[in-house]
Amino acid sequence: MTGVPAVALSAVGKTFGAGKPSAVTALTGIDLTVAPGEFVSLIGPSGCGKSTLMRLVADLEQPSAGTISVFGKTAHQARLDQDYGIAFQAAGLLPWRTVRANIELPLEVHGVSRPQRRARAEELLAMVGLSDFAGHRPDQLSGGMQQRVAIARALAERPRLLLMDEPFGALDEMTRERMQGELVRLSAQTGCAVIFVTHSIPEAVYLSNRVVVMSPRPGQISAIVPIALPERTEDTREDPTFFAAVTAVREALRAPQRVGLELT
Amino acid sequence: MTATLFARRVLTPVIFGGLLLVLWQVFVDLRDIPGYLLPSPSAIGTQLRENLGDILASSRASGANALIGLIAGIVLAVLAAVVAAWAPLVERLLTPLAAAVSAMPIVALAPVLSIMFSATSDLPRRIVVAIVAFFPVFVTTVRGLTRIDPIHAELMRSYAAGGWDLTRVVRLPGAVPYLFTGVRVASSLAVISAVVAEYFGGLQNGLGSRITSAASNTAYARAWAYVVAAIGLGLVFYLASLGAERLATRGRAPSST
Repeated sequence: MTGVPAVALSAVGKTFGAGKPSAVTALTGIDLTVAPGEFVSLIGPSGCGKSTLMRLVADLEQPSAGTISVFGKTAHQARLDQDYGIAFQAAGLLPWRTVRANIELPLEVHGVSRPQRRARAEELLAMVGLSDFAGHRPDQLSGGMQQRVAIARALAERPRLLLMDEPFGALDEMTRERMQGELVRLSAQTGCAVIFVTHSIPEAVYLSNRVVVMSPRPGQISAIVPIALPERTEDTREDPTFFAAVTAVREALRAPQRVGLELT
Repeated sequence: MTATLFARRVLTPVIFGGLLLVLWQVFVDLRDIPGYLLPSPSAIGTQLRENLGDILASSRASGANALIGLIAGIVLAVLAAVVAAWAPLVERLLTPLAAAVSAMPIVALAPVLSIMFSATSDLPRRIVVAIVAFFPVFVTTVRGLTRIDPIHAELMRSYAAGGWDLTRVVRLPGAVPYLFTGVRVASSLAVISAVVAEYFGGLQNGLGSRITSAASNTAYARAWAYVVAAIGLGLVFYLASLGAERLATRGRAPSST
């Protein structure tokens, strides 16, 4: 299995409302390969199709063109096999369930026995540092804590791939940086590949092995910036190599607009 | 409950109600209002005391009809709502039908049902109650079942969960507060319809028949005593459904998404 990429996209396109005059081409000509254990961020302005791209991998949308494979299978089969865990911008916890029962949700749906579920939930609660809040309801938690529960839930099935759609988008800057640190630790600990959609350049740089820069109308990949940072610590954010990488991503994001200006 | 909250929530309405009763009594006594126009609270109280045994027995009969009909109506409404939420076609078929049935007045339904069944049967009144209770529970439960957070739907889809899992794990628990809103409305309607259904024949053992027979014998104070019992019964049902609602939705945020 070592040779099989976590995700392989080839000439993928997505058009919403194909055939109608209101048809919108969200994505076109996407080629991307994500290696097992690799952390890849998708970044770009609104409407560049980065969320759509993640949803295609999750089999929540169907591609209009091209092929998607997840661990060598179709995206559909990968979803059925629970090869990925997913987290959205909103934590999306069930408000009537306790924190523990929320984390157990995917396991419960897949018929895992109660004692096994309980044991796995305890493990995950410890992993995200919420053991003391197992019996709390989601609305008793802060936004950051809710998002940690959502991440624990996404990891419940020990997926080899984690899909995250701006999971820290609604958090304040302090919480956000702390959550980024935790995510780096979690992804190293679990060894799963991550596709991470974000608006934030420093966030993408801090987290990723590679940053995929996208441009809108139609959504496509305009650059892929490899990030070669030493092991992430809190000091990483003040490291010159970090700033250099942020600058590289920022310039990659500006590049297509510069082309646009030259044309007009 | 703190002392001030108790004073505001309980004491104030009790004092206000007591004051109204005193005014009523004084008004009847001073203006010398004849008993057939408006009996005084004291006369009604005397009747309540004298007929206490029968009032309790007929309250129990009406209460049993209301309760059994209410439960049947709720069970049917929830089942129908689950089916309606699952199949939009069924929802489009059922909702107008349920609305039509609920628009059918009890006064029209009760005599027909009374004739259909034997005069010694409790069934017609219970059917009336069930029909009346069905609609509010059905409408609110369908709303609760179909209002689903898109993120929850996507999550369940990402888990490759089946339709029944979605219903069991997301739809049904999410619909509970909506269901109980319907039950609260239905519980008051259940008592009203159980009592009113007795005005139109059938077994004569409940509050409704006592009210009509007392009124037709010009025993107005006695009729009022049974009306007071009907009000009490309605309150018991309302408070019980309120308590059940509190119990079922405890630990939830008042405005869960």
